Amino acid sequence: MAKVTIDGREIELPDGVRINAIEVAKRMGVEIPHYCYHPGLPIVGSCRMCLVEAGNRDAKTGEIRMQPKLVPGCTIPATDGLVLVTTGEKVQQARAMVEEGLLVRHPIDCPICDKAGECSLQDYHFKYGQSARRTDVMPFTSRKRDLGDVTLFIDRCVMCSRCVRFCSEVSGTAELMVANRAAHEEIDVVPGFPLHNELSGNVVDLCPVGALSDKDFSYQQRVWFMRQHTGVCTGCAQGCSIHIEENQDRVYRLKPRENQFVNKWWICNEGRYGYHHIHDAKRLAAPQYRNGGKTTDLDWTGLPEKLTKKLSDAGRLGALFSPFLSVEEAYLLAKLIKGIDPQAILAMGPVPTVGEDKKFPGGFVIAAEKAPNRRGVEEILGYFMHKLLTFDDFLNQMQRTELQGVWVSGGYKGPWIDAATARKFDAIPLLIVQDLFPSPLSEIATYTLPGASFAERDASYMNRYDRLQTSRLAVRPPWGVRAEAGLLWQMSGRKGLYSYRAVLDDLCREVLYFAPAAGPLPDVGLDMKINKLAKSGALAAKMA
Amino acid sequence: MSFPVLNYEPVLLANIHKENSHTLAVYEAAGGYRALRKAMKEMKPDDVLATVRAAGLRGRGGAGFPTALKWSFLPKDHPGPIYLCVNADESEPGTIVNRVQMEEDPHQIVEGIILSAYATKSTTAYFYIRYEYPLSCQRMQAAIDEAYAAGFLGKNILGSGYSLDLFIHRGAGAYVCGEETGLIESLEGKRAWPRIKPPFPAVEGLFRKPTVVNNVETMACVVHIIDRGAEWFRSIGVPPNPQDPRDVGSLGPKLFGISGHVNKPGCYEAPLGITARQAIDELAGGVWKGRKAKAVIPGGLSTGLMSYDELDTPLDFAGPLKVGCLGLGTACLIVMDETYSMVDFLYNSCRFYAHESCGQCTPCREGTHWSMMIMERIKAGKGRLIDLEYLAEIGNTIGIIPGTTICGLADGAAWPIKTCIRKFRGELEDYIKRTNPTGYAVEVAVPALTGTNGKPH
Repeated sequence: MAKVTIDGREIELPDGVRINAIEVAKRMGVEIPHYCYHPGLPIVGSCRMCLVEAGNRDAKTGEIRMQPKLVPGCTIPATDGLVLVTTGEKVQQARAMVEEGLLVRHPIDCPICDKAGECSLQDYHFKYGQSARRTDVMPFTSRKRDLGDVTLFIDRCVMCSRCVRFCSEVSGTAELMVANRAAHEEIDVVPGFPLHNELSGNVVDLCPVGALSDKDFSYQQRVWFMRQHTGVCTGCAQGCSIHIEENQDRVYRLKPRENQFVNKWWICNEGRYGYHHIHDAKRLAAPQYRNGGKTTDLDWTGLPEKLTKKLSDAGRLGALFSPFLSVEEAYLLAKLIKGIDPQAILAMGPVPTVGEDKKFPGGFVIAAEKAPNRRGVEEILGYFMHKLLTFDDFLNQMQRTELQGVWVSGGYKGPWIDAATARKFDAIPLLIVQDLFPSPLSEIATYTLPGASFAERDASYMNRYDRLQTSRLAVRPPWGVRAEAGLLWQMSGRKGLYSYRAVLDDLCREVLYFAPAAGPLPDVGLDMKINKLAKSGALAAKMA
Repeated sequence: MSFPVLNYEPVLLANIHKENSHTLAVYEAAGGYRALRKAMKEMKPDDVLATVRAAGLRGRGGAGFPTALKWSFLPKDHPGPIYLCVNADESEPGTIVNRVQMEEDPHQIVEGIILSAYATKSTTAYFYIRYEYPLSCQRMQAAIDEAYAAGFLGKNILGSGYSLDLFIHRGAGAYVCGEETGLIESLEGKRAWPRIKPPFPAVEGLFRKPTVVNNVETMACVVHIIDRGAEWFRSIGVPPNPQDPRDVGSLGPKLFGISGHVNKPGCYEAPLGITARQAIDELAGGVWKGRKAKAVIPGGLSTGLMSYDELDTPLDFAGPLKVGCLGLGTACLIVMDETYSMVDFLYNSCRFYAHESCGQCTPCREGTHWSMMIMERIKAGKGRLIDLEYLAEIGNTIGIIPGTTICGLADGAAWPIKTCIRKFRGELEDYIKRTNPTGYAVEVAVPALTGTNGKPH
C-alpha cells in the first residue's frame, strides 16, 4: 500500500496500482493541469504544465525531503512516501510562465474557434495564467492546412504531440509528424500520405486546443450550447461508450466516453460519424396502413390498441427481432407476442456483418458484426423459444406453418433486406414492420411503423462480450415517430410513460441470465458473463 | 598549431603537425596502438575501468562528469548488447577542438574508442559525427577501415577474444543532437527530442539497451591514461581539494579552442586550471589590434560570459562556476574585444537558441523564441528598459536547473542572457535609451517586429 501526500492531505493507494502523480491528484480531486499527458498515450513530459514540487517522506523518521527543482507530475510514479505540493508559489509561477509562453504565438481567435469552451488553453489561462499580455504582440495569423481527415489550424497548436503519439501508438498508422524545429514546429503529414485511418477522429478529441478540427463538426455548433448524454455506440458489436452531444433535438457529434472495459478512450470514425441517419430526411415519418394497392397515413391515436387487437385476432404469430433492438424492447416484444400466441415463432433478424474484425496496435477493435445487441436479443429469444432461430430458419418456418401475423422490427441504418426476400412475406395477411427507413418489406407491410434511432430512446445493449450498458435518450424522435420501446410498453397495457428501468427490473426477475442487472447499472456497464461463471460453478459443485 | 607553452609538452595534439598524421603508419610510428596492445594483453576490462577511475578523468564534453563513474552505472552482468556512443556532434558555438583531432589524428580516437568499449564490455560502438564535418568524417572512416584491416577492430581483436564493431553515423545538423539522449534518439532514426531522465542511458539507452555516451576528447584521454598510467594523468591539472570530499578535481590535459578577437585563434593543449588570461595571452597571442578583451565566453556559448575583470578565473571544471558561468563547458573560448557590442552578442546568442531549440518543452521553445523577438526589437531601435527584465525572467525560468525543461539546451540559452544582463546591463540600457529615446520607458505590450512565419507586422 502506498501512502501519498498531496498538499497536506493523504491518500492510500492499493497495492499494484501503478499511476502517476496527475492521476493520484485526480483521485483526490486536485487538478494538476497538463497538455501533453494523456493516460492512453506514452509519456513525453514536454508541455511542462504539470510541474509540481515533489519530495519523499522518510518511512522511518517521517522527515520530508523535497527535490530542489520542479518536476513534471506526469513522470512521477505514485510510490509510498511521495509528497507533492501543487499550490506553492513556485508551481504557480511555473504554470503562469508556461501559459504565457504558449500564448506568445497563439492567435487567440477563440471567437471563431470550435474548441472555445472546452479548450485547455482557455481554461488553464483563466485558472493559472496572467491577466495581461506583457510584451511582443504577434501579428494575427490563422494558417490552416488540410491534413486529410481533419483540418489543422497551425497557429493554434501548443505542440503537445498527443496526435502524433496517437497515430504512432494507437492507430499504428503514423501519418502525423512534427515538422521543423523550435517555434517553427508544425504538425504535418508527408506529402501524398494524408491522415486517413479508421481512428483519425480521435486526434480531434485528443487535441487540448483548437488546432485539429473535425471536418464533420467544424463551425456547426458552439460547445456551450450542447448537452452531453450518456450513450452507447450502435455501430458494431463492440458497444463503445460514447457521449451524444445535442442541442435542441439535433445531434451534432458523438464523442468517446472513457470505458476501460470496452473502448478505453477511443471510438472509430465509423461510430463517430455514424449518427447522420438520425436526421436523414428519408426516414419513415408516420405510421401507414396498406390495403391492396392503397396506402393511408395514420395517426398514432388509438393505434397501439388497434395493433394489439389485430394481432390477437390474427391467429398464428411470428416475430423477427432485429439485433438493433434493446434488451428492454426485445423483452417487451417477446412477452407481447408470446402473451397473445404462446406458439408464436420468435426469431433473430439478419445480423449485418462486414468483412472481418479489425484490431489496432493500441488494442482498439472494430467488430465485423455491425449491430449492437445480438447477444442481448439472443438471450431473450433463448429464454422464450428454448431454441434460437435464425432469419433463414424463420423464413423456412414461415412458409411451413402459414403464419397469419408477423411483426418485423428493423432499426437498421441501411438497406437490410432485398426485394426477393421481401416477396416471401407477400402471403402474410397481417405484416407489421417497424423500421427507420423504407425497405422492400415496408413497402408491402400492412402496417408500417416508423421507429426511433439509438439517440432517441433509453435502451440497454449487450455487446458481444456480454457487457450490458444503457444508452440514454438524447434527442426526441421526429414528429410522427414513436420509439419501439414506448409503443411496445403501451401495447403491453402498461400505464404511464415508458421506463427502461421498470422493464429491466421485470426482465431481471423473469430471465435468470439478466439477474445481475437488477441493481443499478454503472456507467461502464455490467459484465453479464458472471452468470455463466456462476452457472458453471454451481454445476461443478453439483458434480463434486 | 600547437606548441609548448607554460612548460607543457602536448600529448593529445602531439601528432598533428606530422605529415599524413591521419594515417595508421604515422600514428603507429609515434607509439600508436601501444596502449591497446598493452590492454589486450595484460588487462581485463575492469582493470581499464579501474585505471581510468584512478586517473580521475572527467568527461570532456562539457558537464565534466567522471567518466569511470558513468561507466560503472552500467548494469553488471548484463547479457548485452551494451552500446558505446561517441559524441562527435561538436555543435556548441565556438567549439573547434574535436574537429582538429578527427581530421589530424583520427587513430588516436579510434584507439580510445576500442579501449573504452573494452572497459564497458560493449561490442558495438557508434560514432555520431555532425554533418558539417565532411573531412573529419572521411578521415575517421579511413582510420576505421585501416584499423579493421590491421585487426584492431572486428572479430577477436589482437587475439584477445574481444570483438568490437565501430560504425560512423552522420548527423543532419541539429544542435540538440549533441545532448546525449537527443543523440540516441537521432541514432535510432527518430526526431532528436531528448528523453526524460531517468531512466538514464546507462540503464536504458540506445535501442533500449545500456548505453554510454562519451565525448571524442574523452576517448583520446583514455588512450594516454592506459599508455602512461593514472599517475601521469593525475600529475597534470588541478588536484582535488582535500578539504572537500566531493571534489574530484580537474585533472589531465585539456584542449582549448580559442576563437574571436585574438591574434592566433586555434586549438591548443594545456593543463586544466590555466586562467583565461593565460589562455588568451600565452596560447592565442593576446587580443588583436592591441585592444583589451571586453568579454570572454569560457567554454562554448552556453556557458555565458566572463567580463574583463574575471579573466583571472582558472579554467577548470569549478572555476567558471565561481563567476556565474554555467561551467567549463567545452573549454573553447570566444574572445570579444572592447569594440564589440553586447547587443549584437545577445541578439546572435538568442537567435541561435531560438533556431536550435528542439521545440519539445514549452518553456524552451517559447522562451528562446520570445527572447529572440525581444532582441530583434531592441536591435531595431524599438527596445524598452522593461525588456531587460523580461529577458532576465526568461533566463531565470527556462532550463533543467529550475526544472522546467527536459534537457540542458535551455540552460545554455539562459546563461548568455543572464550573464550578459548581469554583467553588461549598463551597456544594454544605454543602447536602448540611445536608439529609442521616445519609447524606452513604455511598459505595455508592444508589437513584435516579425511574426513566426517571418511576415512583418
